[in-house]
Amino acid sequence: MRDGIYLDNNATTPLRPEAKEAMLRAMDLPGNPSSVHGFGQAQRRIVEDAREQIANIAGVKPANIIFTSGGSEANNTILNGISADHILTTSVEHASVLDAVPTAMILPVDKDGSIQLDALRAALSDQTGPALLSVMAANNETGVIQPIEAVVEIAREFNAKLHVDAIQAAGKIDLMPIAAMADAMTLSAHKLGGPQGVGAIVVRDGVPFEPLVKGGGQERRRRAGTENVIGIAGFGAAAEAAMSEFVAFQALADIRDGIETALAGDAVIYGQDVPRLVNTSCIGMDGVSAETQVMAFDLAGIAISAGSACSSGKVEPSHVLRAMGLPDEKAGQTIRMSLGWANDPSDAGAFIDAWRALRARTSSEVAA
Amino acid sequence: MTFEQARPIYLDYHATTPVDQRVMDAMIPFFTGSFGNPHSTSHAFGWEARDAVEVARAQVAEMINAEPREVIFTSGATESNNMAIKGVGRFFTGRKNHMIALKTEHKCVLESLKYMQRHDIEVTWLDVNSDGLVDVGEFAAAIRPDTALASVMLVNNEIGVIQPLAEIGALCREHGVYLHTDAAQAAGKLPIDVQAMNIDLMSLSGHKMYGPMGIGALYVRRKPRVRFEPLMDGGGQERTMRSGTLPVPLVVGFGKAAEIVSDELEAETPNVRDLRDRLLKGLQQRITDTFVNGSDTARIAGNINIGFRGGDSESLMDLLKDHVALSGGSACTSTSVEPSYVLRAIGLSDQAAHSSVRMCVGRMTTADEIEKSITAISDAVCELRNSDEAKPAASVAI
Repeated sequence: MRDGIYLDNNATTPLRPEAKEAMLRAMDLPGNPSSVHGFGQAQRRIVEDAREQIANIAGVKPANIIFTSGGSEANNTILNGISADHILTTSVEHASVLDAVPTAMILPVDKDGSIQLDALRAALSDQTGPALLSVMAANNETGVIQPIEAVVEIAREFNAKLHVDAIQAAGKIDLMPIAAMADAMTLSAHKLGGPQGVGAIVVRDGVPFEPLVKGGGQERRRRAGTENVIGIAGFGAAAEAAMSEFVAFQALADIRDGIETALAGDAVIYGQDVPRLVNTSCIGMDGVSAETQVMAFDLAGIAISAGSACSSGKVEPSHVLRAMGLPDEKAGQTIRMSLGWANDPSDAGAFIDAWRALRARTSSEVAA
Repeated sequence: MTFEQARPIYLDYHATTPVDQRVMDAMIPFFTGSFGNPHSTSHAFGWEARDAVEVARAQVAEMINAEPREVIFTSGATESNNMAIKGVGRFFTGRKNHMIALKTEHKCVLESLKYMQRHDIEVTWLDVNSDGLVDVGEFAAAIRPDTALASVMLVNNEIGVIQPLAEIGALCREHGVYLHTDAAQAAGKLPIDVQAMNIDLMSLSGHKMYGPMGIGALYVRRKPRVRFEPLMDGGGQERTMRSGTLPVPLVVGFGKAAEIVSDELEAETPNVRDLRDRLLKGLQQRITDTFVNGSDTARIAGNINIGFRGGDSESLMDLLKDHVALSGGSACTSTSVEPSYVLRAIGLSDQAAHSSVRMCVGRMTTADEIEKSITAISDAVCELRNSDEAKPAASVAI
């Protein structure tokens, strides 16, 4: 594998060793977890143990967990599956939310990226009939944490169901209060040190929804398809590891804040004044396109990203930054640096050096 | 002794196949060393992941004689089947409101079609003959001007019969009907050629062909182009047809599994057939009053579906649980005790269906395992029949 410093953990995380170990164990046995023979039962145990591990990070019962093929499927399932006359969401949601419900009413955020609660209240009071509200716990590009508690209060007042996309938040903030408040919450394994290809819906008791993927009766008839046993084993172990290393993860704030302090005055940091994930920094460099920045960082052996990985291929300015009121020009000069469980403090120095070198080079080019 | 210490003989290759060691070896580096998001375009971690995905896509395409860009990765055949049926249904709603399918399709095909029935699509459910095969004439008669899609499985998951897809494909092409086939049970067991069979959409599963669970594909023909609505929206991956981050290690494993199939299926099939034939003959010699379900000829090499008069599959599987892993119906329905709808569709009574079991041998099966299985199964059937004889007639199952 190539050497380099990986600072793109919001796109995907390296696999945690605990997850790898669990997956290797799961790989060792054949068997379909729905088969009644011993091979099948052994696979079933792996799935159910992992379900308990996921339930533990959310503080819910194992029966409240439904495994999916990932966060996008989980979001699509809930948003299309919960019966509602009106769907409301925010302008900074992940594409798998915004595109899943193209007719949803889009609520604005303020310049810090937080949902405008007054606008939420006004929108809900205008609605008649059952409403579903979808608000992310934390944003993938800026790390901004939404005030879910305040959102829930308003949602309850108007009897709206609440879905929380906690894909970026899982392992980074405490999910238990969110799961306790939300009707449904969605998770993805590969954002918290688990493998790609597996995610989950955490659904409150008595919240019915129409399954997206139909067929065999797996997952209590809520998601058909043979379970991705290896992936599920890794997801469970990664979730458990993320929970036990939660305090250590919070210490990533020191690295992130160190970077931001070093760049202060020269860089623009978005979302800095509101609660944010400790691992994420959304950094603008005046006059230098994000593409130039990511290429320069890549040459320096540092992986970062311009906007979210999913909108890769497209070079559109981030919809999140635009929603926060940035002009296209500024949004197009912004990169995302996201730390993960495998980073250490020396990575901050490398990032700062690369950033400053590029700043110096581009400033002199401008001057010349 | 625990299960892990003394594993029974695995004869349930329809439910899932063991992961080939070569597949495992191909996947493992991608679980740890090379972990990028294949959709990250800004750094080499992402590029490396994307390159690996594209190699796998070409490997899967080659296995089915398709172009790489016609292969869309999904989480498995269930998702692929949902995607094809609901996607075509939604795209054509209001213009073409009719679909055709066999009554013996896999549950996820049936459920997806029933969902479309609730959304204004009319479905013609075709019967199969007593050998499990559809009558091509009946299929032709079912085609209407407003038929959008026919969904016909290539190989049945319970009785292993092979539907005459090339003939059906020709009919579909002639009438402008999309042909979707659930090939989850065919890939790795039967050569597949989407061109020769005129297939427009095809569902594949990794874990039925010695790859991992949690990965599959939908083949989507480009010429003439197949139109459908995606099942999942979001980041626009897989050329907007299937959003969601691709699980790179699983994709790599699926690709490797496909490569092995392309290279080795031809050589492997006679061995599998020979083992299956020995197993079947052995059981028929040792056990009286048996019957085989489904066509003798149009059948994949590994499959046996056999009934034992006077037995019931639940008790038989229970007796065999430490010795041989087999199945009494498809795995997805195996926790319910309803008789198999596939066996009912080929004309079996509830009792006959209950007395039938499904076995499938595969790449890792050995001759020694076949001999031991014959002994174990025939002993178990004998034991069951003796215990039934000891009971009053009224409580005898059959």
